[in-house]
Amino acid sequence: MAIDFKQVDFTYQPGTPFETKALTDINLTIPDGSYTALIGHTGSGKSTLLQHLNALLKPTSGTVTIGERVITPATSNKDLKSLRQQVGIVFQFPENQLFEETVVKDIAFGPQNFGVSETEALETAEKMLTLVGLDKSLLDRSPFDLSGGQMRRVAIAGVLAMQPKILVLDEPTAGLDPQGRLDMMEMFARLRREQGLTVVLVTHQMDDVANYADHVIVMDQGRVVKTGTPQEIFKDPQWLVEHQLGLPKTTAFAQQLMAKGLQFNPIPLTEDQLAAALVAQLPATVFGGAESHDE
Amino acid sequence: MMNKLIFGRYIPGKSVIHHMDPRAKLLLSFYFIGIIFIANNWQTYVALFVFTLLAIKLSGVKWSFFINGVKPLIWLILFTVILQVLFSGSGGHVYFKWGIITISQLGLVNGIYIFCRFVLIIFMSTLLTLTTPPLELSDAIEYILMPLKVVHFPVYEVALMLSIALRFVPTLMDETEKIMNAQRARGVDFGEGNIFQQMRAIVPLLIPLFVSSFNRAEDLATAMEARGYQGGEGRSKFRILKWQARDSWATVSFVALTIILVVLRA
Repeated sequence: MAIDFKQVDFTYQPGTPFETKALTDINLTIPDGSYTALIGHTGSGKSTLLQHLNALLKPTSGTVTIGERVITPATSNKDLKSLRQQVGIVFQFPENQLFEETVVKDIAFGPQNFGVSETEALETAEKMLTLVGLDKSLLDRSPFDLSGGQMRRVAIAGVLAMQPKILVLDEPTAGLDPQGRLDMMEMFARLRREQGLTVVLVTHQMDDVANYADHVIVMDQGRVVKTGTPQEIFKDPQWLVEHQLGLPKTTAFAQQLMAKGLQFNPIPLTEDQLAAALVAQLPATVFGGAESHDE
Repeated sequence: MMNKLIFGRYIPGKSVIHHMDPRAKLLLSFYFIGIIFIANNWQTYVALFVFTLLAIKLSGVKWSFFINGVKPLIWLILFTVILQVLFSGSGGHVYFKWGIITISQLGLVNGIYIFCRFVLIIFMSTLLTLTTPPLELSDAIEYILMPLKVVHFPVYEVALMLSIALRFVPTLMDETEKIMNAQRARGVDFGEGNIFQQMRAIVPLLIPLFVSSFNRAEDLATAMEARGYQGGEGRSKFRILKWQARDSWATVSFVALTIILVVLRA
């Protein structure tokens, strides 16, 4: 399922004294099966754009095509449910959306809203809990007894239980410890591999963009200012600074090495790429020397 | 949705009215509501309207804000006016009579007066909230309640609760919006179906809101204690209210208005 924006404008509270324009002339495509990263500094319109992906907001002008459905300003709020099932959104701090008495009921809540029978929904819930890396013993606990990290996982499981085709993540790792962060990002990458999901990630972590995304959309002041592969986006540090963005740690380090005379082409984004590029540049004698030293 | 409500919002500005002492504004607004009931003929209502519109003009706030302030209440106003017109009995010329329903000249005139009173009260209170930041308002309330300390009324605590409540209204609104969106994305239909379905749909919104309010209260209390808060007694003040010449002039103009009303009154 691809998502296509054509000349989308969005204004909050149009026609009132508090009118604010959030999106201007957005044209973009999120290809089927891609891992798209949406970046831009705070207040650039990322979260507004994100709510267009499952018609929580409808454009003030222009059209959004989600799979087969076309959303225009005139689209009625009725029968958007099937759309919302296909596009699962994990909002920022999703642990705030938990409300049921038990973890299993909360995870099953989404599917049941979309007409899945109770027994089936509870079964899915159990599977999803394992999928997000939590123990089955938590199933009958109250979600409010869990730790922050566990609550986050339960909330994400609740979205995954709807079995969406597109998974939208709004800073899913904000406020998690490094291990939790890594686990979660690996889980999304695995889901995409195994289930052919399309993933849209909104993030401020350039390392995550470099490590996982294959398509990047950069936003500034409600406009899309650049789209491309991470390679294309990160090759111009000056431009990124102008748009109040940064480089992944690896790329920044590679830049420092380049200032000292090393050459990289293309510029490495991940640690593996950097290591490979460095090894390739090592003079053969260094290896020889080191080996002879060991003996 | 909720953001469309103008009533109770603050619009930053630099007018004379913005710079008035909040105590003066609050007391004079209440006073105004009191003197509206002196008016009993069209001359007095004209005087009141002229005064209100002048005050609005002075504030430099756009007219549309006031019109929008009346909009959400228009049905309530019309309902009251229509009841008044239909059931105020006979007086003057009777235009229509059917059972207990009578449309008379007196009823019509009363209806119009009630409409004017509503609009005037809403205009004046909208002017108060549009030109006064909520925190200043709660300072003013604290000052006005001070005499009640004699009867051991917990003035500081009430004022603190009030200012915290006011501070968190927009935060809670945002939070409500966020949770609503999150639950919509999980397939909840808000505002659809029969009344029981609608009430059931509120549960996934209310519980997270309560839970996050509890958490927030706990965090806030800890943060306040960590910063040395031990209760209201013996604290100094950062925002000091100052009564200035403009506040005295405002008071004088309200007294003048009262005199005019009494003179014009039939």
